Amino acid sequence: MFGKGLRPLSIATVAMLAAGLSLVFFYAPIETDQGIIQKIFYLHVPLAIVALVGFVVGGVFAIAHLRTGNRKWDAYSYVSIHMSVIFGVAVLLTGSIWAKASWGHWWVWDEPTLVSFLIVFLMYATYYPFRYAIEDPERQARYASVFAITAGAFVPLNFMAVRMAQSLVHPRVFATANGGLPGSMMLTFLFCLAAIALLWVTLVKFELTAKSASGQVKRLRRALDAPAPGSGSRIAPEVS
Amino acid sequence: MHALLASAPALPLGEGGKYVAGAYIVFLVLIVVYVAIMAAKLQRIERELRELASFAEQRKAEEQREEVSADV
Repeated sequence: MFGKGLRPLSIATVAMLAAGLSLVFFYAPIETDQGIIQKIFYLHVPLAIVALVGFVVGGVFAIAHLRTGNRKWDAYSYVSIHMSVIFGVAVLLTGSIWAKASWGHWWVWDEPTLVSFLIVFLMYATYYPFRYAIEDPERQARYASVFAITAGAFVPLNFMAVRMAQSLVHPRVFATANGGLPGSMMLTFLFCLAAIALLWVTLVKFELTAKSASGQVKRLRRALDAPAPGSGSRIAPEVS
Repeated sequence: MHALLASAPALPLGEGGKYVAGAYIVFLVLIVVYVAIMAAKLQRIERELRELASFAEQRKAEEQREEVSADV
């Protein structure tokens, strides 16, 4: 069900990423202040935007789950958050590399942008133990949805608070009306943002397809394992 | 393509270039690790499916044998 259209989507994603990389290294000019280091911007910022939007999308799917009671929305919510956590790891790693190159430190604790993203990331890292601490699948899905909605609402609030805070070293690139970027840089940035967003969508679809296939195998195993009259279970238990 | 490469700025792999390469390699490694984990998961699903298919065939054969012996 989820696997439909996965192949063209994957091809489009690889093509977009390759084109994005070409724009970054062969089209976008080298920034005068930071030099070549600024090229990390085209990876780090789209990853951060897509990760944060993905957390909010996870919350929106959780609302749909609580409204309809359909477990499909819970799966969408879980996979959205899961993928955004992976993207969050990439944001923290690329950000640290950029910080070391630019400021001489891997991490700056008194910078609101960095610390707030770490707080959001750690908050979502608790989603997994919270979810899997509940055994009953219905309760697990319901409680996870409540978590996803609450945390999803926190993300834009946190973002706004950081924008209002006094930045010490982290730049505010999109603080001005025109974004503060020349045309070629803005075009490259928007293209990279689209490519990373497409990568997120593709990986979410990939994960949903694998989860759906795994679920169907488990259902099939249960159906086949239903003991025939007068006989016991004959196949190995599910591998969890 | 040739013209594009000719007009592209040279990538200085000095102090800053190493960090840029590092950031993009970290991203690539993360994606490759994720895809490898997914590939392992899909292999496990495939193996389970094969196991279930052979079990279903075995069960069907047993049922047919039982039907034949009941008729006799």
